[in-house]
Amino acid sequence: MNEFDVIVIGGGITGAGTARDCALRGLKVLLVERFDMSTGATGRNHGLLHSGARYAVTDRESAAECIAENKILRKIAPHCIDPTGGLFLTLPDDDLNYQGTFVEACKGAGIDAEIIDPREALAMEPSANREMIGAVKVPDASVDPFRLCASNLLDAKLHGATILLYTEVTGFIMEGSRVLGVKTLNHKTGEEGSYYAKITVNAAGIWGMSVMEKAGITVGMFPSKGALLIFAHRVNRMVLNRCRKPANADILVPGGTVSIIGTTSTRVPLEECNNPQVTPDEVNLLIGEGVKLSPTLAETRILRAFAGVRPLVSSDNDPSGRSISRGAVCLDHASRDGMEGLVTITGGKLTTYRLMAEMATDMVCRKLGMHVRCQTAWTPLPGAEGHSFKETADTIWRTPANKPEEPDIYGDALVCECENISVGELEAAIKHLGAGSLVDLRRRTRMGMGTCQGELCGCRAARILAREGLGDKALSDLRSFMAERWKGIYPIAWGDALREAEYTQWVYKHVLGI
Amino acid sequence: MTFQEYTSSVHNFEECMKCTICTAYCPVVPVNPDYPGPKQAGPDGERLRLSDPLFFNRALKYCLNCKRCEVVCPSGVKVGDLIQEARLRFDNSKPKLRDRILASTDFMGSMARPFAPIVNAVTGMGIAKAVMDGVLAVDKHRTFPKYSSSSFEKWLRKQESKQGSYPRQVAYFHGCYVEYNNPQQGKDLVKVLNALGVGVQLLEGEKCCGVAAISNRLEKQACKNAQANLEAIGKAVAQGLTVVNLSSSCTFAIRDEYPSILKLDNSAVKDSVVLATRYIWQLLESGTVELRFKKDLKPLRVVYHTPCHLQKLGWSMFSKELLKLIPNIELIPLEQNCCGIAGTYGFKKENYETSMAIGEKLFEQIRKANPDIVATDCETCRWQIEMGTGYPVRHPVSLFADALEDPLA
Repeated sequence: MNEFDVIVIGGGITGAGTARDCALRGLKVLLVERFDMSTGATGRNHGLLHSGARYAVTDRESAAECIAENKILRKIAPHCIDPTGGLFLTLPDDDLNYQGTFVEACKGAGIDAEIIDPREALAMEPSANREMIGAVKVPDASVDPFRLCASNLLDAKLHGATILLYTEVTGFIMEGSRVLGVKTLNHKTGEEGSYYAKITVNAAGIWGMSVMEKAGITVGMFPSKGALLIFAHRVNRMVLNRCRKPANADILVPGGTVSIIGTTSTRVPLEECNNPQVTPDEVNLLIGEGVKLSPTLAETRILRAFAGVRPLVSSDNDPSGRSISRGAVCLDHASRDGMEGLVTITGGKLTTYRLMAEMATDMVCRKLGMHVRCQTAWTPLPGAEGHSFKETADTIWRTPANKPEEPDIYGDALVCECENISVGELEAAIKHLGAGSLVDLRRRTRMGMGTCQGELCGCRAARILAREGLGDKALSDLRSFMAERWKGIYPIAWGDALREAEYTQWVYKHVLGI
Repeated sequence: MTFQEYTSSVHNFEECMKCTICTAYCPVVPVNPDYPGPKQAGPDGERLRLSDPLFFNRALKYCLNCKRCEVVCPSGVKVGDLIQEARLRFDNSKPKLRDRILASTDFMGSMARPFAPIVNAVTGMGIAKAVMDGVLAVDKHRTFPKYSSSSFEKWLRKQESKQGSYPRQVAYFHGCYVEYNNPQQGKDLVKVLNALGVGVQLLEGEKCCGVAAISNRLEKQACKNAQANLEAIGKAVAQGLTVVNLSSSCTFAIRDEYPSILKLDNSAVKDSVVLATRYIWQLLESGTVELRFKKDLKPLRVVYHTPCHLQKLGWSMFSKELLKLIPNIELIPLEQNCCGIAGTYGFKKENYETSMAIGEKLFEQIRKANPDIVATDCETCRWQIEMGTGYPVRHPVSLFADALEDPLA
């Protein structure tokens, strides 16, 4: 009952992808996540499906990986991807000569990059800076990382995996130089547990560092904070990049109803990883650079600011962190540290999560002496056409295109008016995706991510949770949901965002008495 | 910082605070569950439509374009404009023949005039109503406004020299209703203005203001009319003339919808286009003119209904103040409610029930007040109230004209 073939630590995209891959290859899988799915870097990034063009000049290998995965994900996860296309703009500040180098490098990596007339680029993307002197079209896209992560977890579950959320690994069960399993603490119930498996995979992102310390192993990681801003509506149709060497705040991604500008890159102490803050300097930098890509950002309402921490890995012979690989790293701690039964998969990018999962699962299988081929490169995820779960997934992630013809007065009633999330979608997320709180619901449905930032939907959703028998902590749940919304508003609290926050406070405090 | 220097976004819909007062004041929401309400149809919907045009909801056609949402919005969001613009931009279905007919007020008027008695008789017949209901989906309960055989323009042109003799001059945008249906209302205005020493001129090449074309998604037609009108008005304004109008919706369209929905620049003339009631009131207030009312005026109990577009203009006080000047009048201003007709909206079969249900609140108030007559500035409100209550309805200026002493022949 507590014995598995493999335990995966971490419910981000890497862990979810690895759990799915293992489950598809017939392994008995347990995934443990100390909070909720996609609480770390998975839920704190641009939501950019890289074409690889960004890395073409500086890191050709990563670029080639990106474009290969980009093509795969479009096939297996179309419900998570918005094929917007992308542009690399050369602005008057930039060297137009770089464009040639860039396009050559893209071609070398297999990326379909096409130089187009700036006027044509402007017609394709009216929000782009009119002063651009060059434009290259690439197959960038935008991806919903929450949905992608949930889809992977769901498929793992449908293939027999056990998923334990809010369950933290407190230590390893070890016998000599072999890891036999993990000890856990369930944060919701306070229960402790022990789970055994032949192999344990550390997919805990930047927190993998401290997880591995519990096994006495040092993995040199380089916590690199990236700050981003969310604009209140979809400003651009295509992903906008600067055609120059990768730098700060030079990508603007349209995702769903919003546009996101980012990022920065700052080393932060490990303690800050749990709660990365966005500083006023970062906000200034992001707006200042963002305006260069799309001048209208200067006058567009900002919804919130957020930051994530990239799990970069310092290479083993370079603990100072100077030469950092941005590619994926898969470590067999048996050969590296003499610790059997333990594997770390880290580094990498959202775009290459599937490849990382494949690398990790390959290593697991090798260690188990199994020879099963990876299927994830062509097997659709739940929610994609061709998956048996498609119909149910459509009830969780409704779009105007898959909305049922027959109206359902109660189920269609909107809970989140900004993001158009209905009662039915929330109920489906509770039933099928294991949502147990308001914040969980937000990650699974986008509820509360819109303009009003939970002002109207919080209490409505709390009632639905209560109806499903999950309302015993409704008040504290509401508080943490709203506090988390405020955290993102605080760094950009001026103008309309401040008015809205004040109004929200008034509604909660004085109308509802909360 | 040179960016984010404004405290609010230039993207007007982003200023919505989601307070939902617009939906609370929307007359359609309580009576038609298919309509998502102004907040969702307007600022919320705009964000969704920008992310995926498939989010466009056909139910936006249930919007009356009454603009009450804009009146109540504490953030100055142009909710009604957002909805009308979305209908123009995203609804690519072809407007129905019926909608074209209803929107072409001037074309229909000029076609009907030579045969006015016949047309009026026919459109009033049960069988014709049944045919229009069945074939065109114009609701059978509706009676088409009667057409007039005489033309207001012709009448006024005949007295060009007389009008030219007054010391002050205004230009008059009479609109389709006065020209084709009720020339008497125009004549009433001329009587009042003349009594104040103001001569009335026609505009050169006036067209229908286009308000019906906008709400029926005939954007090209609306723009064509609007451009012609702006040119005609521009000529008058260049001569130093104020352009007056009796209809609140025509005035509102010219002043506000030309720039906001049709994206036509009217800044050069906007301030010179006003409601006649405002012009008259300001003239009276200046103290330079004097009025003589009839001596033997009988007591008259009048309820006054503020049309939604007049509420949006914020000028209903001028109509009410003018009415108050009439001796022996008992004026009862009604709480502002939408009458439900919204121009051509209420004529459509699919909207009939909604239209009458919206009006019920207003009808009830009127029945309770049991007046001799109802006064209002909008011709379509007039049709709706006449139909919904059976009480006679007239323009405040007409009542005012009736009370004035007739000029010496």
